[in-house]
Amino acid sequence: MVSYFLRRLFSVAVILFFVSFLTFVIFFQLSPDPAVMICGKTCTPERIEQIREQLGVNQPFLTQFFTFLGGIFAGRSYGAGEAAIHCAAPCLGFSFQTSQSVMDMIVSRLPVSITIAAGAAVLWLLIGVSAGLISAIKSGTWWDKGAMMFALGGISLPNYFIALVLQYVLVVQLQILPFPSTPDFAEDPLFWFQSYIMPWSVLAFGYASMYARLTRANVLDTLGENFMRTARAKGLPPLLVLRRHALRPSLTPIVTLFGMDFAGLLGGALITETVFGLNGVGKLAADSIGKNDQPVIMGVTLMAALFVVVANVVVDLLYAFLDPRVRIKA
Amino acid sequence: MRHDQKGSIPANHLLAVTGLGVRFPTPKGPVDVVKDLSFTLDRGQTLGIVGESGSGKSMTSLAIMGLLPKDAKVTGSILLNGSQTVDRSDAELRKLRGDSMAMVFQDPLSSLNPYYTVGLQITEAYRAHRNVSRRAARAVALEAMAQVQIKDPQLRIDQYPHQFSGGMRQRIMIAIALCCEPDLIIADEPTTALDVTVQAQILALMADLQKETGAGMIFITHDLAVVSQVAQNVIVMNTGRPVESGTTEQIFSAPAHPYTRALLNAIPRLDDDLEELKMVQEFTRPKVTPAAVTTS
Amino acid sequence: MSATTKTLPESEPALLEARNLVMEFGTASGGVLTQKKSVFRAVDDVSLSVRHGRTLAVVGESGSGKSTTARIIAKLLPATSGSIFVEGEDVTDVSKDALRRFRRQVQVVFQDPFSSLNPRHTVDRIITAPLDYQGITVPGGKRRLVKELMERVGLDPDHSGRYPSQFSGGQAQRIGIARALAVKPKLLICDEAVSALDVSVQAQVINLFKSLQAENGYSIVFIAHDLAVVRQIAHDVMVMNRGAVVEQGSRDDIFDRPQEQYTKTLLAAIPTINPEWEARRRMNEQRVGAAT
Ligand SMILES: Nc1ncnc2c1ncn2[C@@H]1O[C@H](COP(=O)(O)OP(=O)(O)OP(=O)(O)O)[C@@H](O)[C@H]1O
Ligand SMILES: Nc1ncnc2c1ncn2[C@@H]1O[C@H](COP(=O)(O)OP(=O)(O)OP(=O)(O)O)[C@@H](O)[C@H]1O
Ligand SMILES: [Mg+2]
Ligand SMILES: [Mg+2]
Repeated sequence: MVSYFLRRLFSVAVILFFVSFLTFVIFFQLSPDPAVMICGKTCTPERIEQIREQLGVNQPFLTQFFTFLGGIFAGRSYGAGEAAIHCAAPCLGFSFQTSQSVMDMIVSRLPVSITIAAGAAVLWLLIGVSAGLISAIKSGTWWDKGAMMFALGGISLPNYFIALVLQYVLVVQLQILPFPSTPDFAEDPLFWFQSYIMPWSVLAFGYASMYARLTRANVLDTLGENFMRTARAKGLPPLLVLRRHALRPSLTPIVTLFGMDFAGLLGGALITETVFGLNGVGKLAADSIGKNDQPVIMGVTLMAALFVVVANVVVDLLYAFLDPRVRIKA
Repeated sequence: MRHDQKGSIPANHLLAVTGLGVRFPTPKGPVDVVKDLSFTLDRGQTLGIVGESGSGKSMTSLAIMGLLPKDAKVTGSILLNGSQTVDRSDAELRKLRGDSMAMVFQDPLSSLNPYYTVGLQITEAYRAHRNVSRRAARAVALEAMAQVQIKDPQLRIDQYPHQFSGGMRQRIMIAIALCCEPDLIIADEPTTALDVTVQAQILALMADLQKETGAGMIFITHDLAVVSQVAQNVIVMNTGRPVESGTTEQIFSAPAHPYTRALLNAIPRLDDDLEELKMVQEFTRPKVTPAAVTTS
Repeated sequence: MSATTKTLPESEPALLEARNLVMEFGTASGGVLTQKKSVFRAVDDVSLSVRHGRTLAVVGESGSGKSTTARIIAKLLPATSGSIFVEGEDVTDVSKDALRRFRRQVQVVFQDPFSSLNPRHTVDRIITAPLDYQGITVPGGKRRLVKELMERVGLDPDHSGRYPSQFSGGQAQRIGIARALAVKPKLLICDEAVSALDVSVQAQVINLFKSLQAENGYSIVFIAHDLAVVRQIAHDVMVMNRGAVVEQGSRDDIFDRPQEQYTKTLLAAIPTINPEWEARRRMNEQRVGAAT
């Protein structure tokens, strides 16, 4: 078990290394010269050269890459001598646009993204799984058909469309909700809830639809298993048969999926955050892509990759815990 | 047919099946997998059902348990302890299942839930009908496992089905069925994965239990020698229909139907050396039709 | 228990040889954190060899490690120790590519029919799955092959569009057999492959095995509890008990001259039909035969 865990950690490190290398190649090497951008319209070749030197982009590619990596683990300095700016340990560099530390920018936006992701996750799990469950048990009835129609809608309607419609109806027309924003929970819980409920719902809708369909399919498969017949043959109460024998096999694969989806969202719900103008990591990514702010793009991408890769390991461990056939082998 | 020879009232029998039919809808039209099956079973007695693979033996068992797939249509009557079980609600049947009637399923691996220990799967059957503590049920499960010849039950009880051998899983299925001492035991090929010595022990265990509790048993098997030892009466089935039934002695010493005769002739024997084993078709003319193509 | 092994005269390397196989399972009990671990030896120093064109039957106590041994030699389960040779070549640790080639030569019919068939696939797809996996094309087309295989194992070819749950136990078992035969393996491992079949269908399947063996010269490892069937199909027999080999030898050695007590007990416990009934039935049969 311990050696298995160490092996997994090693593979996490390897994957992250390659992800950072790739993003580095794409964002730093293949995009326009940042020095030209920073320098602006009125610019002399000397000035450009100076900025290049300060950013370190005049160095050979590999040197740049390893300086970048070194920055993450040990911190780094920009420029030399008196003018040098030091950037402490998990250093992702500075924004070209605002000169803020990328790390600080991400950390300050993370709570918003986490709030959005967590709230949406609660909603979509509750709604998606129970809708799927009811659909499967009452398969073929109007319950089932209704829920599946709804789910089809959730999957086919784009996120931003639902967001705009909801905002127009609930905020502009009916005025029962405030414009979404990112207030503090401690200051006014009700307002906090009202501000977030729309982003949560919009984000949850798509996921809930997907989870409902998946849950339904899994439960239907499980209900057809021979061991369900055995459970009934024992004369167990129907609810126990369902809860104990059908639910666990059906939901175990969903746990895996959930882990990955949730981790993906921690890296920012790009569309939802942008449409509602919420300052999360997703909006940060969108903004910096628009402005070609390479260090920020790079930082957000790495952060998102880290979440997903770590979630992958967590999910695998969880799966082994939930499925004895896997657990006992490991 | 042997049933109701004495013209007795059905209530005297543990189980009385009359004109049982099971029909499945298929894209090519309905298929009768069981047709016109009648028999009775008394307390303490064992009825053997033998016959072709796919001839409806398992479907008959499931019909009695009320566990057929939803799309199956059952006709005829099944009286358990004198009361009708066909068309009874699932809630009512639930009280009978496990307690009054129990079944050993044919395919043990898929019939056990891979997510739970065998201990839980035995105890939950017991606790569904007996109001006992977890610990008491565990003691019962341990004893049941020992009875079905599982060595080291203390360790095994907390293991999962995939950690057992095929024959051990089969014995777990038997332990589950027997733990509540049901009136009717339906054993669908309960010993196919057991070696002959363990098989003998399990058969003895079942016979003891029958003697003790007066349970009736339906014993389905392809092993004709086994059936000749455990059953008092035998039904021979072919393509969903009973072709012959009678006392075990009758069936084995003076089989009347060509299919039964052919089946008995086809048993591979320890003392002869054949280039080719014999199939039923070689004994019967005309050829027996393949399973379940009877459309009506 | 000392194993009595009669060494067979060897002229060429065996198709498959396994030496000193050991399989130990960790038996964890208790919760995830409070686990008590001990080791259970399910296969204890088993060596066997399967000769070209021959059938090796494995019989023995329930839980004695027959299926585990089968899974090891089919390379579905890595052994704790021991080595496996195919035609003299060590395949104990081989590359993915070599494993693929190995799989093409070795097919397994599993003990529990339903668990080895994908419930969401039609019989058609199940039977042709190994062909697709191996990338094998069939001369007359897959459809014809499926039809032919289903017929040969006594299934109605019209049912090729059905799902496993729509079959009886014995029919499901035959689907597994048809699938194993689809790729024309060199070695067929049958784990209780005919236990759910009535004697007639069983005879049909065993005759099929034998005639294919005569045609293609493939080898069979045949695990079974029905000793009469074993006697009909086996050339060599291996008897197992508690993970170890009790006795190994030619069919006639084991059946007619068993050396070990366990083998003798096993042979003595074979259930039989009351001989008096048998005699009466045979007499009747002869009378009927004479009359017609
Ligand atoms: N859902 C279904 N739809 C159509 N036919 C079915 C369905 N389920 C089972 N059958 C058919 O019903 C017949 C009887 O099946 P059953 O399982 O009762 O056979 P069996 O006598 O138990 O055979 P075996 O000895 O092989 O287990 C088989 O021919 C099978 O193909
Ligand atoms: N994954 C596993 N984990 C732990 N123990 C196992 C595992 N698989 C098998 N065993 C144990 O190994 C032993 C041998 O099992 P195996 O399935 O090989 O027996 P078998 O000879 O095929 O028996 P049967 O005739 O009953 O099928 C059994 O005691 C079983 O409990
Ligand atoms: Mg059956
Ligand atoms: Mg086995």
